[in-house]
Amino acid sequence: MKLSDLRALTLTASLVLPGLALAAPERYVIDTEGAHAFVQFRIKHLGYSWLYGRFNDFGGTFTYDEDDPSSSQIKVDIKTASLDSNHAERDKHLRGSDFLAVDKHPTATFRSTSYKETGFNKAVMQGELTLKGVTRPITIEVQKIGSGPDPWGGYRRGFEGRTEFALKDFGIDYNLGPASREVEMILSVEGIRQ
Amino acid sequence: MWRNTENGYGLIAILFHWLVAAAVVALFALGLWMVDLTYYDDWYLRAPHIHKGVGVLLFLVLAVRLAWRLIDPPPPPEPGLSRLERGASTLVQGLLYLLLFATALSGYLISTADGRPVDVFGIFTLPATLSGLPNQADTAGDLHLAMAIAVIVLAALHALAALKHHFIDRDRTLRRMLGR
Repeated sequence: MKLSDLRALTLTASLVLPGLALAAPERYVIDTEGAHAFVQFRIKHLGYSWLYGRFNDFGGTFTYDEDDPSSSQIKVDIKTASLDSNHAERDKHLRGSDFLAVDKHPTATFRSTSYKETGFNKAVMQGELTLKGVTRPITIEVQKIGSGPDPWGGYRRGFEGRTEFALKDFGIDYNLGPASREVEMILSVEGIRQ
Repeated sequence: MWRNTENGYGLIAILFHWLVAAAVVALFALGLWMVDLTYYDDWYLRAPHIHKGVGVLLFLVLAVRLAWRLIDPPPPPEPGLSRLERGASTLVQGLLYLLLFATALSGYLISTADGRPVDVFGIFTLPATLSGLPNQADTAGDLHLAMAIAVIVLAALHALAALKHHFIDRDRTLRRMLGR
């Protein structure tokens, strides 16, 4: 190969590759370090009010491709012992064998299997949730909240997801009453582009 | 009558002993029972409330009892006890005091792990002091159960020894604590 050919090839590559890089899915790390992400749940208390709680220790990554959103993926690992409902005695009970059995099942995981944008800033995500050793498919209603540069030189993208499931489906059959069989999850996620 | 003599226990020491014994057994049973109550049980809220209130009062009674023991020392052991018997009974009784205080303290650390006070039958509330330690409620809970079991095991040894003195050695050890 002649030197001029090599130069031409490099030139071509440098013109084409940035375009390719732009089209590639962007990889994000969920900003748990700055606590701009929340794994929250709520469940009815006796049917009279909503009780809110969250998991404080979790982490994960996601990819997002603006040109091909359906290729987007997320995985999140949650430390079940980090449950926090603002009441130490209740949290102790919830960590115990009546509920999450965190000694035996220290981690809950979510792995997305599909992502489909369904309307303006709306999407539906399917995935597998593993909780208390049980893996089941769940569907998360996703709202795209926003994306763009942050003031400190980075780039961020955020979503909020909502889903609900029966506790019994994941082997939690402690009777909290007829109004408290289902738990809602509210997942607020902000990722920093890598 | 009220105070201990060379030959036996006074009424105050006897009342302290049996009050603490009854409270300890009752708290142990109540504690084991209440943690398995279902959410809609009438006792779901009341049982832990009583357990905590009695626990705090027991702690106070133990402190007063120990202070009284300094003012009014117990009678010497019955004559004819071997050195081993004397050593073992002193050790068991000392451990019982230690474990009872530690069990009460660990229970307090469960309830106050997030800074909430403990209500004692609406008479007064015990404020939280140590709170927010990593994993506080769970660790204190594990210790509370383990030490409570140890208390019951030691108390059973203590009672068996008393029965042995009464029925086998036929000495006054048990009768002294019954005021006879």
